[in-house]
Amino acid sequence: MRLVILDDYAQSSEWAAKYICNRIIQFNPSEDRYFTLGLPTGSTPYGCYQKLIQYHRSGDLSFKYVKTFNMDEYVGLPRSHPQSYHSYMWNNFFKHIDINPANAHILDGNADDLEEECQKYEEKIQEAGGIQLFVGGIGPDGHIAFNEPGSSLVSRTRVKTLAKDTIMANARFFDNDLSKVPTMALTVGVGTVMDAKEVLILITGAHKALALSRAIEEGVNHMWTVSAFQQHPTTTFVCDEDATLELRVKTVKYFKGLMHVHNKLVDPVLSMKDQDK
Amino acid sequence: MPSNKSVSDAPITQFINCRILRDHHLQREDLWVREGRILDPEKLFFDEKGYADERVDCEGSIIAPGFIDVQINGGYGIDFSQPSNDVSSGISLVAQKILEHGVTSFCPTLVTSPPSVYHKVLPQVKVHGGGRHGAGVLGFHLEGPFISLEKKGAHPEQYLRTFSSGGKDDLMETYGGLDNVAMVTLAPELPNSQSAVRELCQRGITVSLGHSVANLSQAEEAVQAGASFITHLFNAMLPFHHRDPGIVGLLTSDQIPPGRMVYYGMIADGIHTNPAALRIAHRAHPSGLVLVTDAITAMGLPPGRHTLGQQVVEIQGLHAYVAGTTTLCGSIATMDMCVRHFKQASGCSVEEALEGASLHPAQLLGISHKKGNLDYGSDADLVLLDDALNVKATYISGEEVWRRGA
Repeated sequence: MRLVILDDYAQSSEWAAKYICNRIIQFNPSEDRYFTLGLPTGSTPYGCYQKLIQYHRSGDLSFKYVKTFNMDEYVGLPRSHPQSYHSYMWNNFFKHIDINPANAHILDGNADDLEEECQKYEEKIQEAGGIQLFVGGIGPDGHIAFNEPGSSLVSRTRVKTLAKDTIMANARFFDNDLSKVPTMALTVGVGTVMDAKEVLILITGAHKALALSRAIEEGVNHMWTVSAFQQHPTTTFVCDEDATLELRVKTVKYFKGLMHVHNKLVDPVLSMKDQDK
Repeated sequence: MPSNKSVSDAPITQFINCRILRDHHLQREDLWVREGRILDPEKLFFDEKGYADERVDCEGSIIAPGFIDVQINGGYGIDFSQPSNDVSSGISLVAQKILEHGVTSFCPTLVTSPPSVYHKVLPQVKVHGGGRHGAGVLGFHLEGPFISLEKKGAHPEQYLRTFSSGGKDDLMETYGGLDNVAMVTLAPELPNSQSAVRELCQRGITVSLGHSVANLSQAEEAVQAGASFITHLFNAMLPFHHRDPGIVGLLTSDQIPPGRMVYYGMIADGIHTNPAALRIAHRAHPSGLVLVTDAITAMGLPPGRHTLGQQVVEIQGLHAYVAGTTTLCGSIATMDMCVRHFKQASGCSVEEALEGASLHPAQLLGISHKKGNLDYGSDADLVLLDDALNVKATYISGEEVWRRGA
C-alpha cells in the first residue's frame, strides 16, 4: 500500500486529481482502447472532481475516451432528486466535462428488477475490459461503497440495506430527517473493486481517522471492509493530517518519509496538449 | 460522436459561458435548447445519452427570458389605434423593431376608439408566435372605452362608454368580438362593471383597472370579481390618500382572494413616475411590479419634430412633447431603457429588474408555464445582455432574431 499524507483537504484533493490525470494520460486512451475509471460520490471526492474539471477546462485532460462506473446509487430515490448519486455526478462532474453520456455508467436504483440491474452492471464492467483505476472513499464505519460492516469481502454488485451509522451520516443531506434517508442501495461489491487494476482511496477529516486506522493497522476484517485492500497489489490511500490522527506515530513517520517517492507520481502533471494525437 | 438521441433527432443548442436567470437569481449555468424550448440537460444525458450539436459562446453575457410588453400603443410612426386596412403590417413593423429592445412578445394596445375602429382592427390581427419577422403577439390590450371621464387622460372624450346594457352586451357591441384580446382596462366604478369583469375573466381575458376614480372598496370588489392588474399605477387614477388609498391601495390590500395576486404596470422612464413613487410601490409590493413602456407612435423616431396623425410632436431625449409646449404626450422609452432605469431608481437587484419585464408580465397573463422564465419546457425566448443591461442579442424559440451590430 502507498499511504500519501498531505497537509489538508485541498492538497489531498489536488494530489489525487493529479494522480488520476496522469494515469489517464499515461494510458493514452483512444477509440479502440478506453480508460475505465471507477468513481465515488460524497463530500470527500468533491475537491478532487473540482480539480479534474479544472484540468479539463484548461485543455490538459479530456474524458472523450474514458468510461466511468460509479460505485453505488440509492434504491427508490427518484433519479431527479437532488440527493441522488445521478444528480451528484451530473452537477459535480459530468456536466463540466466532455465524457460521452453513453460511457457514464451509474446503477439504476429504480430498475424493475434490482438483481438483474446489478448482474448487468457486472457484465458491463467485464465488457469494458475491467476497471483500470477505481477511486473510492471510506465511511466512518470503514465501509467501501455501501459494503457495510459484515459484507463479504468477495462480494459482487448487489442490493444492500444501509447500516444505522451510514443512515445517520447521510441524514445531513436529507434535512436531518432520518425518515427521509433511503434505507437501501445498489452497490459494487468488495470483490468488484478488488478486481480493478489499481485502487485509489481518498480519506479526509478527523471523523474518518478511526476507520483509517482499523483499515490499515489491524487485520483484514469484514467489519471494516476497506481492510480488504491490504490484499490488493496496487492500493493508494490519499489522506490529510486529520485522517491520520488515530494512526501510530511510526506508521505516519514511515509514510511521510516516502513522500518524495510518492510525489514522483504526480510531478510532472501530464497534459494532453503535449501528446501527439 | 454518433447521434443516439431517443426522444428527438432535432438539433440541440448549448449556450455556454453565460449567466442565466433561473429560480430568481443569476447562475453560472449553460442553457440548453431543442425544438424552440428550454431542455433539461441532465435528462438528456441520462435518458437519451444525448449531447449538444451546436455550442454558442455567450462571452459572459446575461441570459434573461425575453421581455414581454403588455402596454404599447405603437412606435416608429405607427399608431395601432389608427384604423387602416392594413393594421397587421403596422403591427409587424413595430414587432420587428422591438426585438432590438429585447421584447419577444407583446400586447398591441388600442386606446379608447369608436366601435367602428374595434370592429375593423380586431379581426385583422390574431395571436401568433414570434420569430425572425418580429416579436409574438399575445393579443390586444384594449385600454378603454369603459373608463372614467374624469381620468380620460389623452383618450378622446366622445368615444367613452358606460355599461348601459348590463355589461356583457356592451362588450360585444363595442368591441365586436373578444377573440385575440389579452387584456381590457376599465374603470370599476362604472355601474354594471362587475358583470363585464366576470364575463372577461371567464373568457381568460385579463382585466385591468385604470383611468378611474374608484375608491379602494370599489377596486377590491373588482379584484374579487376577477380583476388582476392596474394600468400604469399612479397615472390616471386618484392619488393615494391615507384615508382612502384608492386603486393604489390594492398593493397592500388584505381583501385579495387567497391564491391570487394583483399586478401593477409601471412606466419606468423616469418621467411619468417620480423615482420616489416608483420606490414606494416597489417596496410595498415587489412581486407584483410589471414594467410596461406604454410607448406611443413617436417611440423609436429620431429627435426633432414629427407629424403623427393629427398631432405634431417634438422629441427631445426621452421626452415627447406636444410641439411648442411642455405638455407630455406619451412615453417613448424602450423596454430595455425601462429595465435599466427601474434598476437604477429602485436600487433593486439585476434579477428583480429583469423579472419585472419577463416573469411578472407572464404570470399576469397566465402564461408563465411557457414564457417569462428559463425553466425546462418553457419557450426559448431569450435576451442576451451585458452587465449594464444593454441588449446584445435576442432569440425567439431558440433562433437568433436580432444581434447588435449585425
